[in-house]
Amino acid sequence: MRSYLLRRLVGMIVVIFLVLTIAFVLVRLAPGDPASLMLGPDASPDEVAALRGRLGLDRPILVQYATFLGNALQGDLGRSLFFNQPVLTVLANRAEPTIFLALFSLMVALVIATPVGIWAAYRRGSFLDQASITSAMLAASVPSFLTGLIFQRYLATDLGWFPASGYGGAGADFAERMRHLVLPSITLGITNSALILRFTRASMLDILGEDYVRTARAKGMTERRVVLRHALKNAGIPIITVIGLTFALLVSGAVVTERVFNLPGMGNLVVNAVLRRDYPVIQGTLIVVAGLYVLVNLATDLLYLVVDKRVRY
Amino acid sequence: MTGHREAMRTPGDTILSVEGLSVGFGRGTARVAALRDVSFTLGRGRTLALVGESGSGKSVTSLALMGLLPPSGRILSGRLDFRTPDGRVTDLARLDGAGFRALRGPGISMIFQEPMSSLNPLFTIGDQIGEMLLLHQDLRAAERRRRVIEMLELVEIPGAAARVDAYPHELSGGMRQRVMIAMGLICRPALLIADEPTTALDVTIQAQILDLMRRLQKELGMSILFITHDMGVVAEMADDVAVMYAGAVVEQAGVLDLFDRTRHPYTRGLLASIPREGLGPDDRLVPIPGSVPPLSALPPGCAFAPRCPHARPACREPVSLEPKAPGHLSACIFDFAGEAA
Repeated sequence: MRSYLLRRLVGMIVVIFLVLTIAFVLVRLAPGDPASLMLGPDASPDEVAALRGRLGLDRPILVQYATFLGNALQGDLGRSLFFNQPVLTVLANRAEPTIFLALFSLMVALVIATPVGIWAAYRRGSFLDQASITSAMLAASVPSFLTGLIFQRYLATDLGWFPASGYGGAGADFAERMRHLVLPSITLGITNSALILRFTRASMLDILGEDYVRTARAKGMTERRVVLRHALKNAGIPIITVIGLTFALLVSGAVVTERVFNLPGMGNLVVNAVLRRDYPVIQGTLIVVAGLYVLVNLATDLLYLVVDKRVRY
Repeated sequence: MTGHREAMRTPGDTILSVEGLSVGFGRGTARVAALRDVSFTLGRGRTLALVGESGSGKSVTSLALMGLLPPSGRILSGRLDFRTPDGRVTDLARLDGAGFRALRGPGISMIFQEPMSSLNPLFTIGDQIGEMLLLHQDLRAAERRRRVIEMLELVEIPGAAARVDAYPHELSGGMRQRVMIAMGLICRPALLIADEPTTALDVTIQAQILDLMRRLQKELGMSILFITHDMGVVAEMADDVAVMYAGAVVEQAGVLDLFDRTRHPYTRGLLASIPREGLGPDDRLVPIPGSVPPLSALPPGCAFAPRCPHARPACREPVSLEPKAPGHLSACIFDFAGEAA
């Protein structure tokens, strides 16, 4: 177990290092010079050169890379060119809506997908099974910006149940801010429920055919107990895996969803950073998201240990 | 083993009486009859072996008795009269889900063929055995645990008090089958259905498990429906034998009667095809020619006729299981008792 954790830790460091490198290279491969872009078309070549010097853009690329790595290891992801603040501060200020959006939409996805997936597997081939597969396909193929717009139009504008966009403005209290997350969470949750539903159904179908499910029935328990106790726990592992995997979808989904609902989150931030060529912010977001992804994967693997005693690391 | 067999039984001594059981799989024209008019009786405290090749309908019979037929399978006709522990006679063919749930465990219990896959890998064995008590008896958790450990000791699992918290993957195949037996017996069922309980085990373990089952049968006074394809196991375990072929019973008799005065050509073929004592190095086993016909394409009349060395044109007429001697039934138009095979 200890050596497993150690191996995982080394693996995580390698991944983070690769992400740092890719972030650095990608940003520098992009056309356009950040200094001249920041100063605008009227700036003189001297002014541009001065700014390039201040940002370190005139130094050899390897030196820039070494400096970047060294700073990153010390938790310094640079300063935002646009906000003129440390990148971590900029990200921290935008973290709340994104974190809660991810959390709530995952909850929405699970609340929809798990019971429907279980029921569809149990009543395989029934009308409900067919209907659930069809709607999962629909949910996965309709882009979330369209779903979002539909919700805004009917649930926000027409019915006025929820705010249509934004995050409540300055000074909004926590409850008010969360109210602004309802529609985005449902939008993102519906999209993500499709994959979880398909996985839940497929793994339940496998498990329901197992010998030990027949044994459970032979013991004289209710179907409810057979399915929810004996089958679901076994189907849990693939379901946990896919929840871990949907985290990546959640992040990319958050970019679009935050844009549609104009939420001041990290997704919106990174889109703006790209438009503004705010390199350090793009790099910083990439690194933070990749780090989170690695952590989520570790957490899923450790969760196997809790669910299945046969798993040994 | 055979000393307590009587030629006649009063109805009160019968725990299970299967009458004309037919089971079909699939719907409409695609329906295939897996069981055709199966009948047999099982006396209280006795062991009836249901014998036959794969696909003969042994397991389907047991699943029908447990109400565990897969969704595509249906009982088309027949009575499955089971005498419950309180003395009432229930027709299992007409029992609903709730009725079966109450019966499974204390009434009828089942041990499955594959000890490796029949236990849930994610629960401890104590949990899985104790669940039987949880479902059918009102006991406190500590008392349940005590009873589970007691049961594990009864099935001779060493270190029962520690093993109760083990997971199935931590046990060998033989130990897992003991766990299955413990689970099957903890509610002291009136009838135990054992579906090839030793097929997946090696020979020494097999002998131990059979010993154990015989001892527990005596101690708990239950009846056993023993499903097997192994004539050696039949000789060791059974009081009575019902031989199945292509979804029908072709011969039923007491075990000695069946071995000594085999009446049906299929049973003779089955007995001739197994290794036995007294076989010299030059003797050859005699296989039955051909193979079991698919259930969707059974020949008219006797299903065994195409493979039978004695087949006559008359064998194409329908044939039914009829008494040929007291306590000895055969579904063959000829009576071969006493003749050399």
